[in-house]
Amino acid sequence: MLKEKEIKVGDTHTAILVEDLKRTQIVQYAGASGDYNPLHTDEIFTTQVAGYPSVFAHGMLSMGLTGTMLTNYVGDGALKKYGVRFTNQVWPGDTLTGKATIIEIREEEGTKVVDLMIETTNQNDVAVITGNATAIIET
Amino acid sequence: MAIEKFLVEASHIMMFARSVGDANPIYHDEDYAKETELGGIIAPPTFAQSSAQFDPDYFLRPKIGGEGWFGSGKEASGAKPSKDSGDGGGGAAMGLHAEQHFEYHLPVKAGDVLTATTKPGNTWEKESKRAGKLKFSESVTEYRNQNGELVITATGVGVQTERAVDS
Repeated sequence: MLKEKEIKVGDTHTAILVEDLKRTQIVQYAGASGDYNPLHTDEIFTTQVAGYPSVFAHGMLSMGLTGTMLTNYVGDGALKKYGVRFTNQVWPGDTLTGKATIIEIREEEGTKVVDLMIETTNQNDVAVITGNATAIIET
Repeated sequence: MAIEKFLVEASHIMMFARSVGDANPIYHDEDYAKETELGGIIAPPTFAQSSAQFDPDYFLRPKIGGEGWFGSGKEASGAKPSKDSGDGGGGAAMGLHAEQHFEYHLPVKAGDVLTATTKPGNTWEKESKRAGKLKFSESVTEYRNQNGELVITATGVGVQTERAVDS
């Protein structure tokens, strides 16, 4: 868990979430999450029927990868809120970097919490996820 | 949508954590997890999404028993699932996934048995140059544990676009 004494507004935490995203990892996510939409795993359907250039990642895979960065930063069981907007699609071959920025340290119902701004970008510096999170911190 | 029994199992948590690139032992190592304050294996923050596995009617899963599936086989396909799932040619019934929000009230642990109920939330419209008229709709899912305690509130926002967007 983050310690109040060791953090301040403006602090950032950055992590590479995935390098050169493989189709197999998207398949892995489909199997674990139960979302078997062929747009994510079936190149033939996606290019020939749906008309996309290739399969693409589930938005929730990007949110999950970003969540790994987030819990590695704030600690286990510390999150109170985590929300995102999906701003661009994520394709096989993409490299994603996640960033959390402290925007406020405050008290909520007698507990110290930190508000974070979240952004995940691809190798072209285009945001694929923007969002926010609130986590409990140690005083 | 209602899910009557969402069994939260350690092996499912392990597989889900692997798929989101999370090597944290709290998601797969019982011995490690027992020694932490949480006292056992917990679910990662977006794990509730996999409740789809426990929804008998979830339409983005091929059904046993020969209902049509729209992915490729002999043909490139596009066959619509037989039920009223909206747009079998492609996206989810809700359209594209625009936003997802989770509120965590209590940790979800391996061994929990959750129920989930979903209600529609707000709807709104926006004009977009890229995709024409956008229709947004919210759905709010409450997950409760075996003690009836609210553990997660999940709010999804879907968007239906007038035209396809591929970038």
